[in-house]
Amino acid sequence: MDLITIWFVLLAVLWTGYLVTEGFDFGVGMLLPVLDKGGEQQETRRRTMLTTIGPHWDGNEVWLLTAGGATFAAFPHWYATMFSGMYLALLLLLVTLILRNMGLEYRHKRHDREWVRRWDLAIVAGSYIAPFVVGVALTNLVAGLPMTEHTMGSTAYTEFDGTMLSLFTPVAVLGGLTVVAACLTHGAHFLALKTDGPIRQQARSVATRGGLVTAVLAVALFVWLGAQRGTAVSWVVSGVAAVALLAAIAANAKGREGWAFVGTSVTIGLTVVSYFVMLAPNAINGRGDSPDLTLEAAASSPMTLEIMTWAAVVFTPIMIGYTVWTYWVFRRRLRVEHMPEHEPAGAGAH
Amino acid sequence: MDVLDLARWQFAITTVYHFFFVPITIGLSAIVAWYHSRWIRTRDESHLRMAKFLGKLFTINFALGLVTGIVQEFQFGMNWSTYSRFVGDIFGAPLALEALLAFFLESTFLGLWIFGWGRIPERLHAACMWIVHIGTLLSAYFILAANSFMQHPVGYRINPETGRAEMADFVAILTNEVQLVAFPHVITACYLVGGALVLAVGLHKLRQTVTKGGPDTDRRMYRHAARLGAVVVLVSGLGVAISGDLQGKVMTEVQPMKMAAAEALYDTPPEGQCAPFSVLTVAGLGGEDPTHVIEIPCLLSFLGTGSFDGEVRGIADLEADYRASFGDDELTQADTYVPPIAMTYWNFRLMMATGFFAMAVGAWVLWATRKDRVPMQRWVFPIIVLTPLATVLGHSFGWIFTEVGRQPWVVFGEMATHTAVSPSVGASDVWTSMIVFTLLYGGLAVVEVRLLLSYIRAGAEPFEQPRLVEDDEPLEFAY
Repeated sequence: MDLITIWFVLLAVLWTGYLVTEGFDFGVGMLLPVLDKGGEQQETRRRTMLTTIGPHWDGNEVWLLTAGGATFAAFPHWYATMFSGMYLALLLLLVTLILRNMGLEYRHKRHDREWVRRWDLAIVAGSYIAPFVVGVALTNLVAGLPMTEHTMGSTAYTEFDGTMLSLFTPVAVLGGLTVVAACLTHGAHFLALKTDGPIRQQARSVATRGGLVTAVLAVALFVWLGAQRGTAVSWVVSGVAAVALLAAIAANAKGREGWAFVGTSVTIGLTVVSYFVMLAPNAINGRGDSPDLTLEAAASSPMTLEIMTWAAVVFTPIMIGYTVWTYWVFRRRLRVEHMPEHEPAGAGAH
Repeated sequence: MDVLDLARWQFAITTVYHFFFVPITIGLSAIVAWYHSRWIRTRDESHLRMAKFLGKLFTINFALGLVTGIVQEFQFGMNWSTYSRFVGDIFGAPLALEALLAFFLESTFLGLWIFGWGRIPERLHAACMWIVHIGTLLSAYFILAANSFMQHPVGYRINPETGRAEMADFVAILTNEVQLVAFPHVITACYLVGGALVLAVGLHKLRQTVTKGGPDTDRRMYRHAARLGAVVVLVSGLGVAISGDLQGKVMTEVQPMKMAAAEALYDTPPEGQCAPFSVLTVAGLGGEDPTHVIEIPCLLSFLGTGSFDGEVRGIADLEADYRASFGDDELTQADTYVPPIAMTYWNFRLMMATGFFAMAVGAWVLWATRKDRVPMQRWVFPIIVLTPLATVLGHSFGWIFTEVGRQPWVVFGEMATHTAVSPSVGASDVWTSMIVFTLLYGGLAVVEVRLLLSYIRAGAEPFEQPRLVEDDEPLEFAY
């Protein structure tokens, strides 16, 4: 494999890492107002759900930062075109991520109802909007963006040539909705795996319904996008992704929560892979007659790619190692009874 | 305002705002880790209480530092896409490494520290905060290496085929002489902020326990914090001064215009004469017969070159030079090569003044709290409020000075700032994002400050013997 291909593959790995890990914490956020019903312990249930993602969500989000940084380093033209082209969509993503993060970090720092209610709103809204925008953005890269040719020195490159509205095509919106549904199901599997008691039971039942909705949306998306950009390999990969999703639904129905979570992880990962297969050898597909931005044109010099490859080879396993260890440390299932009583108002826990 | 002005304003707002939180994150993580480790060493209960108390202040602040960092990373692509294309080959690498090596480390181990009470062995638990601190240092190293490249590009070549800068020597980029002085300067200044914060909180709580008659243990604990903060301020302040002095010499060598602008020195002193340093100037920064209130002869020569008769070149001289060498290339031509003088002049002085002020307070606190004394005078309260604020603002002054002083360059000698903006982004887009971010930042700052104050008011919690949590017991900490 040449360096450009390696970095294309590594970016697919980073996006997979992002959507598989932050995907479930988005899902938990979406399910806050859903799985807190059916008892008097509404607030304690929410706290239990949030505590399952407490030690992890911050690290999960770093995958997005790393994907952004790696695109900048390995494919500067891709980074520049995508980030300046999708300006207002990215603004929306940043604002929702900021508010959601602040919600996760600040909600438990005071105990008056108004305060908690407001941050819950930020968490829930952010958990729906952010994955939707990510889904729209990634689908656009594959389905194609309006682009024009530019030159810099003696090289030609392509630049986005459209508005905010040119991002919200029907297929991109479908992509956004599919990512939302997939994250919701994935989050339900995570909660079923990480909690015990009523939340676990309710999460499983929501997961089944969410899984079926995701299956319908995903199949429609795969067919629609595949008809435009599909290759033999991408059809196989998205086919396997669909099968993994069905297997996840079945595993969840049988109460095999671990396998259900693995199933949605595989589905999300393979969906990213099929996207990248449909994208290659381009970094961004052009819409209609617009020129494509090829990986070749977008890439950094061989020296930068080589240095970055060494860094990735050495440090990624270390990073994955301590991340996995964190999941091991916090492996036990949580019940509402595990939540400590609140400390006196104003003091709060951390 | 056109897209260029707006993009510059947005960069300034984002950077300055981001940098309110970063120094606290770097400085405070070290002090929290130190207290946590001291508890394990000495079993002094107050050390564990302080680790938890300061740890809460730390996490409140960390959240905002992180989210403003995301905006910081993304805006290079959003607002400065031509810049990103031109130097992405070099500039992207430290950014990607920062995420891979530092951000994962910081967030993962901070999660372990926050949720780890009763779950992981205590030595490992304390080590988690040290690892967070190491993560913050790595992060600072990489981002400063990227910034140092903009100040003084090294280890690259311009590829005539592609018309952009390409990496030639990564080690040279990481060991840029500007970087080697900027990193210690910024890091010691971060410890200065951490120390000033702990000093202020400690002194404030100490005075409170005296007024309200709190327990003796609290009194000892807060006195210890105030004095520890004071020592950190003094030691790191010395480091800031020494590294700043070294930085001034490197700057005079590689960016002489910045040093000349810092003093508003228009004319190169005649052969054989040294350059003076003015502490205050009331008029004439525009170059017409400046009125210096206090002037120290030959000090600028010393600051710039290390020798009292060293040559420091003036603005007019350098401007003519730059015009001749850079004036006829599309990427490097600019209307003027002189940065905004008043901005550089004042920010340079304010930066130094805040640092010296904090050091003076540090020394005074050590004196005033000797032999169990407590300074109870009314005028102490404003000092408590002002000291941490001054150190944080000192950082902002320093950054404004170093970034404004680099103008008109985005990459010194290679790319003028006005050529770097995104061609496909309209003014209305930048207006929208600037208004949204500014409002959001303003709101979040109010929330954060109020939260910090309420936690400081509540003070450290009573000591509780740490215990390992059995599987069916409630957690020591949960959301």
